[in-house]
Amino acid sequence: MTSAGAGWSDERLARWIGNLLRVGVGTAAAVVLLGGVLYLARHGGEMPSYRVFHGEPSQLRSVGGILRSAPQLGGRGIIQLGLLLLIATPIARVAFAVLGFAMERDRTYVLVSLIVLATLLFSLAGGPR
Amino acid sequence: MTILAFTGLLAAGSLLAGFLGALTGLGGGVVIVPLLTLALGVDIHYAVGASLVSVIATSSGAAAAYVREGFTNLRVGMLLEIATTLGALAGAALAAVLAPSVIAVVFGLVLLHSAWVSRQRADPLPDGAAPDPLATRLRLDGSYPSPHGMQRYQVRHVPAGAALMAVAGVLSGLLGIGSGAVKVLAMDRAMRLPFKVSTTTSNFMIGVTAAAGAGVYLWRGYIDPGLAMPVMLGVLAGSLLGARVLAAAPSQHLRLVFTIVIALLGAEMILNGLTGRL
Repeated sequence: MTSAGAGWSDERLARWIGNLLRVGVGTAAAVVLLGGVLYLARHGGEMPSYRVFHGEPSQLRSVGGILRSAPQLGGRGIIQLGLLLLIATPIARVAFAVLGFAMERDRTYVLVSLIVLATLLFSLAGGPR
Repeated sequence: MTILAFTGLLAAGSLLAGFLGALTGLGGGVVIVPLLTLALGVDIHYAVGASLVSVIATSSGAAAAYVREGFTNLRVGMLLEIATTLGALAGAALAAVLAPSVIAVVFGLVLLHSAWVSRQRADPLPDGAAPDPLATRLRLDGSYPSPHGMQRYQVRHVPAGAALMAVAGVLSGLLGIGSGAVKVLAMDRAMRLPFKVSTTTSNFMIGVTAAAGAGVYLWRGYIDPGLAMPVMLGVLAGSLLGARVLAAAPSQHLRLVFTIVIALLGAEMILNGLTGRL
C-alpha cells in the first residue's frame, strides 16, 4: 500500500475508523438507554399498539424534526435522537474514509467514498419519493 | 400486557437472538423480524425498521474490533458499498409499495436460503482463475496477518461480486437484515477472498448498507422508538456477550440448532404470508 502525505496509510485509517465506530455505537446506546428509562417510567403502564401500522408523528421522522423536538418529546424523542446518532455513525465512517483516502492522495477511492457518502445523505434526506 | 412487560419480553428475546447470532456466526437480525411479527403480532414495517437499527449497532460494534486486526479490506469494502447502498435504497423504496404478505414470503425464502447455505461444507476452491485486471487497476488486492506472516491474495470477478452485492443491498433494505448469506456468495465464491477477509469485510459493509435503508425508514415513520429501543439494546448486548464466550463454546451443535430454528421460522413466514395473516 502506498502511503503519501504525513504518514497516512490504510493501517492508520483502519485504526481511526475502529475508534470512531466504537465511540459512535457506545454514545448512541447510552442515549437510547437514557431515553428508554424515561419512556418506561412515564408510559410503562400503558398498552402497546403495534398490530396496525400508523406511522410515527412527523417530529420523529426527520433529522430536523428530531433535533428540534427531542428536548420536549421526553423519552421517545431522546430514544429517536440516539437512533439518529447510530445511523450517523456509519455515515461519519464513510466521511472519514473520504478524508483518509484524500490524505493518501488516492483519487479513485476519494471518488468511490464520495459516491457512497452522497447515497447515504440522499437516504437520510428522505430517499426516493 | 403493559408496555413495560412488552418491552421486557422484547429485550429478552432480542438479547437471546443477538447472543445466538454472534455465537453461531449467523447474525441475530434474521430472527428479530419473525419474532416481532409471528410471536408478538407487530406490523412488519415496524419490525423491519427496528431490525435495521439493531443491525447497524451490532455490525458497527463488531467492525470496530475487526478493522484493527487487519483482516478487513477497506478498498473492497468501500467499492462494494456503492452497490449495497444503492441496492438498499431500492429495497427500502420497494418495502413501501409491496404488500406485507409479499414481504413475508420473500423473508421466508431468504431465511430458508440462509439455513441451506450454513449447512454447506466450504470446500476449497480451485485456484486456477486468472487475476481480474479490474481488481489490479482498482488496487483491491491485499494481504492479511497469518501464522506464517503476511499472506497476499488477489481479488477476482469484481463485476459479478458487485452485482451480487447489489442484490444483498436490496434484501437488506427490504427486510432489515444484514444478508450475510448473499454476501458470502459474492465475496467467497465470486471474488475468492480468503474466509477471514470476506467475513470481516462483509461485516464492515453491513452497517453502511443498513444505514442507507434506515434513513428511508425513518422518513416513512417505520422506526418506532418504543419498539426499536429494546430491540437495539438487546441485540447489541447479546452479540457482545456472544462474541465474548465464542472462543470457549462448542458452537457446532448450537449452530445446527439455530439453523433449524431459522429454517422453521422461514417456513412459518411463508405460510403466514401466503394465508395473508401477516
